Amino acid sequence: MLSRESSATLMSAVSAFLYMEARFQDEHQYEAWEALWTDDGIYWVPANGADIDPEKEMSIIYDNRSRISLRIKQLLTGKRHTQTPQSRLRRIVSNIELMGEHNGDIAVASNSMMFESSLRDDTIWAARNEYRLRYIDGELRMAYKKVTLVNNEKALFTLSFLI
Amino acid sequence: MNIVPRASHWDELIRPDRVHGSLYNDPAIFEAELQNIWYRTWVYVGHESEVPNASDYVAKSIGPQSIIMTRDEQGKINLLLNRCSHRGNQVCSYDRGNARSFTCPFHSWTFANDGRLVGYAFPDGYEGTDKAGLGLGHVTRVQSYRGFVFGSFAAEGPSLREHLGGAAETIDRLVRTSPEGEVEVTAGFLKHRVKANWKFILENECDGYHPAFVHSSIFGVADSAIGTLYGGKSTAITRDYGNGHTEIDLRPEFRKRDQPLSWFGTNEARLPDYTSRMKAAYGNEQAREIMVDGTPHVMIFPNLFIAEIQMFVIQPLASDDSVQHVTALQFKGAPDMNRRLRQQTMGSVGPAGLLLADDSEMYERCHRGVLARNPEWIFLGRGERREGSDAAGFKIGHVTDEVPSRGIWRHYRSLMEAR
Repeated sequence: MLSRESSATLMSAVSAFLYMEARFQDEHQYEAWEALWTDDGIYWVPANGADIDPEKEMSIIYDNRSRISLRIKQLLTGKRHTQTPQSRLRRIVSNIELMGEHNGDIAVASNSMMFESSLRDDTIWAARNEYRLRYIDGELRMAYKKVTLVNNEKALFTLSFLI
Repeated sequence: MNIVPRASHWDELIRPDRVHGSLYNDPAIFEAELQNIWYRTWVYVGHESEVPNASDYVAKSIGPQSIIMTRDEQGKINLLLNRCSHRGNQVCSYDRGNARSFTCPFHSWTFANDGRLVGYAFPDGYEGTDKAGLGLGHVTRVQSYRGFVFGSFAAEGPSLREHLGGAAETIDRLVRTSPEGEVEVTAGFLKHRVKANWKFILENECDGYHPAFVHSSIFGVADSAIGTLYGGKSTAITRDYGNGHTEIDLRPEFRKRDQPLSWFGTNEARLPDYTSRMKAAYGNEQAREIMVDGTPHVMIFPNLFIAEIQMFVIQPLASDDSVQHVTALQFKGAPDMNRRLRQQTMGSVGPAGLLLADDSEMYERCHRGVLARNPEWIFLGRGERREGSDAAGFKIGHVTDEVPSRGIWRHYRSLMEAR
């Protein structure tokens, strides 16, 4: 259990990290966002609920570190048509909570609401986010990010920006 | 431009090498398609492996119609319409489950999982009423082919086997990729919605002209060998099986490579368990042949697309609103292969898929594009002068030719003209 002071310090560092991550995503700073990941990072966006087994059932995204890299490389080609032109994005990150520890990583949860404007239309996305963060060389990094969309049981429009 | 009053003159809208843009965005035409295609011909609904046990059920659809696929106590598959026979309330609100009966929450009418009305609240008010005529609605005909369950609302017409025609052989080819000869649909579905007409999806599935352009962003960075299959020098072919069924037959390219599992971007050493099970099941020679040829790339009209490693089900909701339901195919008795099938499918398809998000972008842009008044027509003449036919008499063309689109529209016209 952290002391009140160190908990407040950690909360402040974690919040700053999540806001920075949100800004990189909203502004399509793909390489800066990729650099936030640890080498064993897992990026998971489940479908059909929050508690499916991604090793057995289909997820919208279930990327290991090398597939995260592939996803970013594709965006960087400039020929990822669904992001050419890029979606215009802004998201609000809120309800940030420290959720204890997970195998030495810092467990964090937040809610987010995203507004996307694309060629198709304007779309609102909302999600519960669960993170495992780790200090590497004094900097926070993401080892795990799970994004549970509120409406992930329904048919969803293309989701090709970084969520 | 409003051509609705003339919409019964389908020959004015559908010509051998071009179709009219209004076919994709006219709501009156969409309504006519529901009546003449979706509520008449054979439509794929679900797979027997989705309801393995007695009383299992799963929510499915035929176009906008909500269908409950059940396996009843006798083991029979039923396709029930999700509508209480009393006041029309939906009796099932869950995606899947196990239930011997469905009780309507409105007035407690209860239906067995084969659709029979078995009870209602306060029955004394229904004295003299015959329960037999008050069951849930059924899809009129239900038939399966190798586990794939199709439904037709037409009481009469061709059998499923007649409808599948030459394309049935592609499903045979698919299931023999399993050492036990069976496909399973057990990995759950991604549901990807597009603001576009369903026929843009249907036609794209066997369009071998687009991958080099729509998917260049991923072929370039993924070190993928898929691109060459669809190149100008490819020996792969397009095929029109009739009845609207179309295929991209990649076997000529895979046979040239002559490497087992090359079609799947892997090799025998990386899937040793699968390889040994295949050899045990089929013998070395036939197992090798199957593993060189790979699985089919076939679009079963109007809504079942088998894309080598995954399966799509196309659901039209309105002239400009469609859903692609997609899952990884799973082969019975092939656990090491199945894991790889799921991983590759998840990367490729669905709302965030490295391939399908770009296809879907094209569908939506095409849909907005054809709203433009001129040039009115979609031109589908690619390869018309070099069409050939295979040994079975089916039309074939180069992998980039529009043989499939022309075949789809020929069948579409015959269905829309039928009375």
